[in-house]
Amino acid sequence: MTANTTNGGADGLGLGKDLTGLQQLTCEQIEGILDTAEPFKEISERRIKKVPVLRGKTIVNLFLEPSTRTRISFEFAEKRLSADTVNIASSGSSVEKGESLVDTARNLEAMRIDMVVIRHGSSGAAQFLADRIPSNVINAGDGQHEHPTQALLDLLTIRDRLGSIAGRRVCIVGDVRHSRVARSDIWGLMRCGAEVAVCGPKTLIPMGIEELGVTVLSRVEEAIEWAEVLYVLRLQLERMDAGFVPSLREYNRFFGVSRERLERAPGDIVVLHPGPMNRGVEIDSDVADGPWSLILPQVTNGVAVRMAVLYLLAGGSPERAESAKEARE
Amino acid sequence: MSRPVLITGGRLLDPSQELDGPGALLIRNGRIEACGRDIVGPDDAEVVDVDGLVVAPGFIDVHVHFREPGDEHKETIGSGARSAAAGGFTTVWTMPNTDPPIDDPAAVGFVRGAGERAGGARVYPVGAASRGLEGEKMTEVGELVAAGAVAVSDDGNPIWNAGLLRRLLEYTQTFDIPVLQHAEDTGLSCGGVMNEGKVATALGLRGAPNAAESCMVARDCYIAELTGGHLHVCHVSTREAVEQVRRAKECGAHVTAEVTPHHLALTEDAVHGYRTEAKMNPPLRTEEDRQSLLDALVDGTIDVIATDHAPHHYEEKEREFDDAPFGVVGLETALGVAMLELVESGRLSLGGVVDRLSCAPARIMGLDVGTLRPGARGDIVVFDPAERWTVDASTFMSGSRNTPFVGKELVGRVRATWVAGERRYELPREASPFREGAPPYVGQGSV
Amino acid sequence: MPVASEAEVLLDEEQTDATLKDLARQLLEREPDPAELLLVGIRRRGVELAERLATEVEAQGGVAIPTGSLDITLYRDDFGQIGPKPVIGSTELPVEITGLHVVIVDDVLHTGRTTRAALNELSDFGRPRKIELCTLVDRGGRELPIQPDYLGCRFEVAPGEEIAVSVPSIDGELSVRRVPVERKK
Repeated sequence: MTANTTNGGADGLGLGKDLTGLQQLTCEQIEGILDTAEPFKEISERRIKKVPVLRGKTIVNLFLEPSTRTRISFEFAEKRLSADTVNIASSGSSVEKGESLVDTARNLEAMRIDMVVIRHGSSGAAQFLADRIPSNVINAGDGQHEHPTQALLDLLTIRDRLGSIAGRRVCIVGDVRHSRVARSDIWGLMRCGAEVAVCGPKTLIPMGIEELGVTVLSRVEEAIEWAEVLYVLRLQLERMDAGFVPSLREYNRFFGVSRERLERAPGDIVVLHPGPMNRGVEIDSDVADGPWSLILPQVTNGVAVRMAVLYLLAGGSPERAESAKEARE
Repeated sequence: MSRPVLITGGRLLDPSQELDGPGALLIRNGRIEACGRDIVGPDDAEVVDVDGLVVAPGFIDVHVHFREPGDEHKETIGSGARSAAAGGFTTVWTMPNTDPPIDDPAAVGFVRGAGERAGGARVYPVGAASRGLEGEKMTEVGELVAAGAVAVSDDGNPIWNAGLLRRLLEYTQTFDIPVLQHAEDTGLSCGGVMNEGKVATALGLRGAPNAAESCMVARDCYIAELTGGHLHVCHVSTREAVEQVRRAKECGAHVTAEVTPHHLALTEDAVHGYRTEAKMNPPLRTEEDRQSLLDALVDGTIDVIATDHAPHHYEEKEREFDDAPFGVVGLETALGVAMLELVESGRLSLGGVVDRLSCAPARIMGLDVGTLRPGARGDIVVFDPAERWTVDASTFMSGSRNTPFVGKELVGRVRATWVAGERRYELPREASPFREGAPPYVGQGSV
Repeated sequence: MPVASEAEVLLDEEQTDATLKDLARQLLEREPDPAELLLVGIRRRGVELAERLATEVEAQGGVAIPTGSLDITLYRDDFGQIGPKPVIGSTELPVEITGLHVVIVDDVLHTGRTTRAALNELSDFGRPRKIELCTLVDRGGRELPIQPDYLGCRFEVAPGEEIAVSVPSIDGELSVRRVPVERKK
């Protein structure tokens, strides 16, 4: 079984078996997923929020790192497509008893599942799983590597509001070093032709990021002056203990996105945040709840984008289904 | 004593005496008795015609990890010693970071004894520099040496306490042994699992910067200069560390250095796809660093090739990158990788590679091997410098298979290895590796 | 555009238009209160046919009736065989369908599976008083017990042939042709 075959495939976009990241996708594939997401938005507005397309498919949500938002969003998406779902969390499962990821995966396979949505604390875990099981694997966040469905919903939200992604100036503000969301957004935005910058204290900007094609801005005021879209990352509180920033108060003073700062923006600017927010740290409530904010549309789009990804990957190609069956035997 | 051995028909290659030409070699009573043209063996000698293959002094690896005691499922001293012989190595120095560590004379004696019984390369233990490898209290260095230790090191961990390193570099002078230092500032490497930079950033893996190594090497070199002790810098991986070693040597400090075959051959790009076979410490660096290491090995700034052979079980590597252990096996691919990167590229002669693998380690560590001079130990490697072969880890003699070179075509293959005049390895072939009509090989088994 | 020599024109623009007028007449005959009618076209070509029918109903009966569209992609029963298609059309129903007389409009009735999917999808939106089926062409070959309530015309189709309905918004003309399967637009 090969992951991510890049041509052909019955989904028409050539996504292959898995979605482990946006780095390996083309602009056409990303825009194709967003186009597919459009009709799925409407399903969530129906009285009966359910279509039968994934009836009989079994999906395992393997969340080996705590998550509420992403897991719920995936679960809604799966249920609205009529799939059967099982949630596995690390606590209380065999994983906690020391079972390796590869054994967990093989045991799931033995129960004849169709897809795995995996959240894991280690970078590369989704690819690791994808390379070892014939089921579709969707990365719901692996370590500090990628979180592709988050970036797709971000792109959809930007496209909805600004009409296009190409040529837009997007600045990601905050803890880029530890952020898988930042990485996926950087790849997705660049593939779709946006200009991307990152901004934060140098302790939170990873080495070599310029070589990926992004600009590094050192002050949030510069970011606000330059950007049409400000993507504010969550500052995890443990970063302070690890010495990356001296205090949350100081972080807010120098890098927090506040009403005062946004009001000095030279043009229109919108603010996105992947959630959950630390109000008063990286983002002030005035901004989160204000006219700049696209934070709730992001959440709504999350379900549609995940429905689209599940739909596109679940079909697979008949040949692949056959070879997967052989791999099981 | 075993029968005398007369190796004929070979190309004798011994940079220690600038020898490169056809000739024969007679080994008797475990030592080289004669070396050159027109040598006639005694009537009872076993005659081996090697048909034009290279006959060179056996290779010496001053940096291997055999996991006994503690992790025998990865490697035992026996499997390690046989893996070494299969790679053409006749002497290996084993690092003390076993479980328990080799930090007392009894443990040193255990490793030596197991090594003698192994029937492979000679196994010499490196003793721990600090008790329990904890970096605080010096071990009984003299007792360790008396029991058979050839050096001290805390490898796996750096000797982070500069004061302790100073005392070690002073104290070891009495016993004339080097201190082998794993140079890493753990505050800078900070849990890094690969090289810090573009690839780590894209993969979302924690990176260790070059400075984590070079800062420590700089500090260590100044301490070596201060004390006059012999500092051996393990597995140099960065261009900045090369500069520090070069500077220290120019200043007359007793500093030597090693580089691994994998750092000569690979860069951080090998980690793409989260390949745990490319996870080791120090990590694979950039192409610029790699080129600098090749240059330094050629110009002598880096003295020797050492494998840092670090076996790990399949299951331990078959997991998430963050959780997989550091290290790769290297003994059985060392010659092929070195020849590919150094001889094929025209950077170094075949003799130069033999020097870095054999003569130079003997020279810097003061060993009576690494030469074909009469009187030296009868430790010989015979290899085919032209054979191209593809790495198949399933054929390894090592207990582990964790190599980044699976499927890679290498140049230069070991055909047979003698230790003290006893054949300890012979490349399995359908047909004999040697010319038909040669006297049949009389098996020796293990001693 | 089918090549003339390979495509047999069954109904030209005038004949197709006349057939639609006849369907509109049938609709008005059977539904005494056109205000309760909702014409729902199945994507893609059923949508324009539904709009044309609505125009005809208004012309003949003097009552404007609403039209909607259904994309049945997510209700197909062959997802496992054909896999996903990347662009799904939208389903747009302009009014609450509960209590209405809904007429599903499609271009060609073949196996009946599309109609089955449309019925399932409609039932997720509400409970119409009555659902009927109106098709321009019936080509036979049913695999489900589904028959049209309003039918334009019936054509026999040999193996290897298909019926292709063209509508101006998609194809640039209004016609019904018989085409080889490979050349179907």
